Amino acid sequence: MSFSLKLGAVLAGLLGLAVILLTFERPPVETVQTGFRGVALGNIANPRLQPALAAANQLPPMIPRVPSVGPRAGQAYRNVQVLGELGVAEFARTMAAMTAWVSPQQGCNYCHNPANMASDEVYTKVVARRMLQMVARINAEWKPHVLETGVTCYTCHRGNPVPLNVWSENTGPMRGEGFSASSNGQNLASPVVGDSSLPYDPFSRYLDQAANIRVQTPDALPAGNSQGIKEAEFTYGLMMHFSQALGVNCTTCHNSRAFSAWDQSAPQRTNAWHGIRMVRDINHNFIDPLQPLWAANPNGPPGGPQRARLGPHEDPLKVNCTTCHQGVNKPLNGVSMLRDYPELARITNIEAPPPIRQ
Amino acid sequence: MAMLSFERKYRVRGGTLVGGDLFDFWVGPFYVGFFGVTTVFCTLVGTLMLFYGAAIGGTWNPWTINIAPPDLKYGLGLAPLKDGGIWQIVTVCALGAFVSWALRQAEIARKLGMGYHIPVAYGMAVFAYFTLVVIRPVLMGAWGHGFPYGILSHLDWVSNTGYQYLHFHYNPAHMLAVTFFFTTTLALSLHGALVLSAINPAPGEDVKTAEHENTFFRDTIGYSIGTLGIHRVGLFLALSAGFWSAVCIVISGPFWTHGWPQWWGWWLNLPIWN
Repeated sequence: MSFSLKLGAVLAGLLGLAVILLTFERPPVETVQTGFRGVALGNIANPRLQPALAAANQLPPMIPRVPSVGPRAGQAYRNVQVLGELGVAEFARTMAAMTAWVSPQQGCNYCHNPANMASDEVYTKVVARRMLQMVARINAEWKPHVLETGVTCYTCHRGNPVPLNVWSENTGPMRGEGFSASSNGQNLASPVVGDSSLPYDPFSRYLDQAANIRVQTPDALPAGNSQGIKEAEFTYGLMMHFSQALGVNCTTCHNSRAFSAWDQSAPQRTNAWHGIRMVRDINHNFIDPLQPLWAANPNGPPGGPQRARLGPHEDPLKVNCTTCHQGVNKPLNGVSMLRDYPELARITNIEAPPPIRQ
Repeated sequence: MAMLSFERKYRVRGGTLVGGDLFDFWVGPFYVGFFGVTTVFCTLVGTLMLFYGAAIGGTWNPWTINIAPPDLKYGLGLAPLKDGGIWQIVTVCALGAFVSWALRQAEIARKLGMGYHIPVAYGMAVFAYFTLVVIRPVLMGAWGHGFPYGILSHLDWVSNTGYQYLHFHYNPAHMLAVTFFFTTTLALSLHGALVLSAINPAPGEDVKTAEHENTFFRDTIGYSIGTLGIHRVGLFLALSAGFWSAVCIVISGPFWTHGWPQWWGWWLNLPIWN
């Protein structure tokens, strides 16, 4: 063997060793059993990663509660359309909280004209109003998903005017024309599907359009199931997103021997089913209708962070599981922020068609 | 029992690892030896425990009999007999029987003055089983991570364990193991087809020799590994398949807790293209 060959072998060996030593985790691991013994249903986690994840999902300091006394905000101020039932002190507290949660750097003027606080001339104020209605809708109508924990602005925003975890339509890179030119929206490693090469935009189908996430036939010797491998891959891609968003695995909801069978699934699957409908409701009835506002201000308000408010296909930045969950199965570690801000639950004029639960 | 005329010549004393001359005899065609006795003992006890587990398990349907490992809450301790204890006893018996069998193979190889290739090859399968029911459960901290003994139940375990890592086809060792399994069958089928075609010539022609066999593959792919070499490469492929199977399951959990596609992040984030 020549010297250069030996040198190459040694270098390749060192490189392989580095990959093996640096890319894996190590025991001990934390495991939770959720099914009958021996069925391998349950979660596996690295306890050394948990503290950082928990720390990244802490609640912000609470603004002290105020009594619901004094004149109503709707009478004291002009143009208070959704928070008019609050007392003026509660109203001020809610405004201060929203500023801290959504635009801590930009302050009140991110939404308000300081010379005329009642004016709707800054478009973000109109967006904020719709988002308040959305929060009220989620807390009132989507209890099957958010339970009594509920959501606030902070659940998604975390101090950012535009939530960090959003999506828009992704048709992939430009490709040549022709018979062999399509890769059916897949075959590129994508972070939204857990770095797999599954379809990189499962969201347009399932979280914007309402395509059925249903590919497996419940029958033995099936006939007439028109779902193909591509539908299965899109479904798989969406499920990869779910798992990654929540820091869980497939067996959190499913017994993989029969993915579709509700009687063999964990209760979490029911919660997720409502969550899917909730996200569609959010995207259809609250995000999409605001598209013209963002189209008129594609990089946000003049003072705000210069960040695109629309995707490359001019559709608004929409919501998926990561928007709230951010790596934990219960957003903000399952602590209810809504309990500290009951003002948000007192919005009654939601102005949206009834939610679709089917 | 009838013995082939030349068989007595190979029935030689000695070569035992344990027990000296005590079990150094044959029953019919079978060599006994100390490890023959322990094999039979462990097999008998383990099988009877399986039947006991089936008897109290509610079904005699051979597809759905399930001897499951303990709940995770028992950790690495002993579990109550009817709550995973049977699985633990069966596992001890199975390992006792498998290891005994490998050592019996070693004793016979010593009697015959052969190499230890057969016990080593068989040992790889035992090692894979040992990895599944001992090494990985110990690394993860509970016997409950072993797989259940049942035709359908062990398949459910395989499926769910795969989906605990989101997409098991991205497990690098699983990729290697699957590749070696397929290559083993390819090599065996090529070898078997070559031998059969050499010894089944057209009517009236002589049986062909190794030179014909070598020439066939030199003509086809430019190289023939030869009559001895094909068996070496076959052993390598088969042992590699078993070895990487063991690796692919032992790294799932103890050495990786996320989805397997995410493990490739190091590759996707190499500074060359990221």
